[in-house]
Amino acid sequence: MAYQFDFLSTFEYGDIIVKGIQTTIELIAIGGVLGIAVGIFGAWARTQGPAWLKPIVSGYIEIIRNTPFLVQLFFIFFGLPSLNIHISEIQAAILAMVINLGAYSTEIIRAGVQAVPRGQIEAAASLSMSRMQIFRHIILRPALQKIWPALSSQVVIVMLGSAVCSQIAVEELSFAANFIQGRNFRAFEAYIVATLIYLVLSILLRQVLRLIGQYFITARRNA
Amino acid sequence: MISFTTWDIVRNLMLAWRWTILLTLVTFVLGGTLGLIILFMRTSRQAWLRQVARLYIELFQGTPLLMQLFLVFFGIALFGIEVPAWLAAGLALMCWSASYLAEIWRGCVEAVPKGQWEASSVLAMGYFQQMRHIVLPQAFRIAIAPTVGFGVQIIKSTAVTSIIGFVELSKAGTVITNATFRPFTVFAIVGVFYFVLCWPLSKYSQSLERKYNAAHRH
Repeated sequence: MAYQFDFLSTFEYGDIIVKGIQTTIELIAIGGVLGIAVGIFGAWARTQGPAWLKPIVSGYIEIIRNTPFLVQLFFIFFGLPSLNIHISEIQAAILAMVINLGAYSTEIIRAGVQAVPRGQIEAAASLSMSRMQIFRHIILRPALQKIWPALSSQVVIVMLGSAVCSQIAVEELSFAANFIQGRNFRAFEAYIVATLIYLVLSILLRQVLRLIGQYFITARRNA
Repeated sequence: MISFTTWDIVRNLMLAWRWTILLTLVTFVLGGTLGLIILFMRTSRQAWLRQVARLYIELFQGTPLLMQLFLVFFGIALFGIEVPAWLAAGLALMCWSASYLAEIWRGCVEAVPKGQWEASSVLAMGYFQQMRHIVLPQAFRIAIAPTVGFGVQIIKSTAVTSIIGFVELSKAGTVITNATFRPFTVFAIVGVFYFVLCWPLSKYSQSLERKYNAAHRH
């Protein structure tokens, strides 16, 4: 017997899908901004920070980059309550994403920071710029310009990885797909729809990041 | 009620660990084979083959592995075939990893100087001869470090297969947590097990990178 596709029954749950999309966007917007902020701090700490901070940051990077996101998520969501720290599903998901993206972006940004020629830094120092000014204006901006494509890819990977947050009952897009297939027993259709929406989201996210790169990171080079 | 000691937790996780390792190896071999085919298509002289390969890569890199896994799991079931979790896990991981490996390797193929292609085409070599004798041997050296690095991604990605019920390290962690109510300990040990697999590979990949980059610069 040939299978009869029925996509309409998936779209009957349109409002759940829309809410799922909203939550996914929310997760990556907050997680992305905070994760990159952690990355900038981490890159600063690893290259200019005090000596005691360096091993802590490298330890954090090694641990996060060598364990799966799913396990980090479970550790945070199921593990923290036994330390009497109680957080909601969505807070756990964002925390896991920030910690995860923070580790990867630290390494990516650090590569850019280390590619800044020494002469530039020495020139800035001879203009009596402070260490903080040098990091902000001379090191960070050219570094971000150089590694922005790599950083963008990592943000997209983290967004796609957020699909597993449905496992701790965060009501994002893959949760919506799970919910719908549990109701109408049309698993294939529900997952096809969710997958295509993810594809559109990742293409859009790439464009948004490209524009952010153009307007906020590259543009001022000529100003 | 049977009480679990920490040793019991470790022992049970070690049993499940085998499946993570096995799934990783299978994924690497199958995904590498498919990845090589996609690579040949992606660098082919036929425009439509390049387009198909590009679309494939875009599709698998632009959607979550979890969704791919569900689609394989429920997609094959549409044909009335009972799909065991390990089969869906292997197939989905194969397709997913092939898209990344093909793209990583394409970068390595493109790093081979254009003159090499031109010189070998002057010698009247066909596309496959050029690839086999001239380009791939040179690309291979550059490809080792990032390929080993991607091995780490594969190991970590096998964790997602726990969601469709394949009992590997993460799934075992969830099951044991439900039995012991000690999530903090269990997931910490699960994390350590992954770390023990991934960290040496990461370090190896880094040292390879240094070695081959140094060789490149002269």
